[in-house]
Amino acid sequence: MAQEIRNYTMNFGPQHPAAHGVLRLIMEMDGETIVRVDPHVGLLHRGTEKLAESKPFNQSIGYMDRLDYVSMMCNEHAYVRAIETLLGIEAPERAQYIRTMFDEITRILNHLMWIGSNALDLGAMAVMLYAFREREELMDVYEAVSGARMHATYYRPGGVYRDLPAQMSQYRESPWHKGADLKRINSWREGSMLDFLDAFTADFPSKVDEYEALLTTNRIWKQRTVGIGVVSPELAQQWGMTGVMLRGSGVEWDLRKKQPYAKYAEVDFDIPVGVNGDCYDRYLCRVEEMRQSNRIIRQCVEWLRANPGPVILNDYKVVPPHREVMKESMEALIHHFKLFTEGYCVPAGETYCAVEAPKGEFGCYLVSDGANKPFRVHLRAPGFAHLSSMDTVVRGHMLADVVAMIGTYDLVFGEVDR
Amino acid sequence: MSDTSAKSLADQLVARFGDTLEVSTERNEIIADLAAADLVAVATALRDEPAFRFGELIDLCGIDYLGYGQVEWDTTTVSGSGFSRGVEGQALGRFSWAERPSGDSQPRRFAAVVQLLSIEHNRRLRLRVFCTDDSLPVVPSLTPVWPGVNWFEREAFDLFGIIFEGHPDLRRILTDYGFVGHPFRKDFPLIGNVEVRYDPEQKRVIYEPVSIEPRVLVPRTIRDDADLLQARAEAADKWREN
Repeated sequence: MAQEIRNYTMNFGPQHPAAHGVLRLIMEMDGETIVRVDPHVGLLHRGTEKLAESKPFNQSIGYMDRLDYVSMMCNEHAYVRAIETLLGIEAPERAQYIRTMFDEITRILNHLMWIGSNALDLGAMAVMLYAFREREELMDVYEAVSGARMHATYYRPGGVYRDLPAQMSQYRESPWHKGADLKRINSWREGSMLDFLDAFTADFPSKVDEYEALLTTNRIWKQRTVGIGVVSPELAQQWGMTGVMLRGSGVEWDLRKKQPYAKYAEVDFDIPVGVNGDCYDRYLCRVEEMRQSNRIIRQCVEWLRANPGPVILNDYKVVPPHREVMKESMEALIHHFKLFTEGYCVPAGETYCAVEAPKGEFGCYLVSDGANKPFRVHLRAPGFAHLSSMDTVVRGHMLADVVAMIGTYDLVFGEVDR
Repeated sequence: MSDTSAKSLADQLVARFGDTLEVSTERNEIIADLAAADLVAVATALRDEPAFRFGELIDLCGIDYLGYGQVEWDTTTVSGSGFSRGVEGQALGRFSWAERPSGDSQPRRFAAVVQLLSIEHNRRLRLRVFCTDDSLPVVPSLTPVWPGVNWFEREAFDLFGIIFEGHPDLRRILTDYGFVGHPFRKDFPLIGNVEVRYDPEQKRVIYEPVSIEPRVLVPRTIRDDADLLQARAEAADKWREN
């Protein structure tokens, strides 16, 4: 007797550990094969762009951290650059080097998060533990410079909030850090933040080797990623992919090289590209990017040590004056009051500024009508474009490959949903 | 991108498309305004012709020009009773749904803005299409040209209510299931219309009319660019380096 077998529909998420946040997928399945996927996003929609329209420019920098909350400073960079472009100002050279350095620290932070969680999704528990060991060190750098481990609000139009600390903060004795262990973690933290970064970057390539030892030739890892989620260069361009999603398919495109901003034109680094455009190639690209970021950080550290100087403009119409100056100067006091009660007005006009965020091109389209608040801010999140291609890429794959694909897209719902 | 490449692209666009595009250059960024009817033909040409090769659509977003250039705090005139208090106006955050501003002040409210990228030529271009009818803003869909625009158009539909004609699946994307209204329109209150809470009696999450008051902390104001010029002159001054 012939029996009719129908495809069935399966719900995935929004609360699923492999969904990297709040992704809901409605999948039409033929057995274990995907016939159609309909991703539902927006569960984390906070209306960031609308909120930004209701506040003075500077008050929205903190919102940018909360978009892609694993590559915080890169988001700030795009927004701050857009404001600077409209104001017609440029940050001092030292600030540009600091931004370049922190963009790369952020890239490593992001890729560590990615390698840990992607490996965890595909069954390799240990990588997460290794990756978070180094992530913690870099979070300390974030904290040393801004006071916050993640949501830094460090970049400001005209530069960065303050100069790098002369003393890296140390761990105090506690039930969790004591004895030889305490001595070891504090040994890097004897000097300045740049000394700490110098020690970290000297050591970091060997740490990347450790991740690679766990994954690169791992049979299970290769079975789960090689030939999975192949994206051709044509497909990548049609779907507006950027960053590693594009480079993994062999397109040599990186804004840091092609449309350099900050100090990327002055530092030496290479752009890794993939060949096959599958999950494994993208894995190799990201691992190599960590090594290249490490290289950039080292060059920035060297420059920053040799070249002290201002890190923010001396323009009181945009940048608040120092507190000491305010104690004596009436002008400075007035400027401070105006900046914090009204903000600064940005000349009418519009601009689109993009940075090469760890996930791809993060852009800020800013329209100003000359007011102290933006008229329209639109944030172009790489993850949004990537996820939209989900249906096209995973059709015909197995259910388990969807998880590999979510991992390789490097999704963070803070930026997808905004 | 250098000055010359922006200029040459602007010239190429004028030579190829003539009056169809209204090309302007702002700080090496090229903006081309065009009519909705020409959009798909121009986009196809921009993608395919060797001189342009805009293979990648980076972004599409909606924009609502209602209230462009409006201020709540007038800083230019002063009356016998002093400066304006900055507590009146219709700017964002000051009104609830019942007292939302009417949409008559702006001749053309809605536009869709497209950012294109040519990887081959390393160039960017921005297209802007104004919708002719404010009550029913319609723009042809670009999905046949760049399939990746799909979600961006859904987003602009969801947030601004712009209809993309020919879009295969124009559903809401970012807002809640069953959401009413288009929240990024300038006449949509910042506080929203509804709030949710868990009702222990009904044992489910319920929707209620929003209970918070609209509030603005910093009034919207426009000051002259002259301030910035003055600031630059002051920055060059020695007195502040104390």
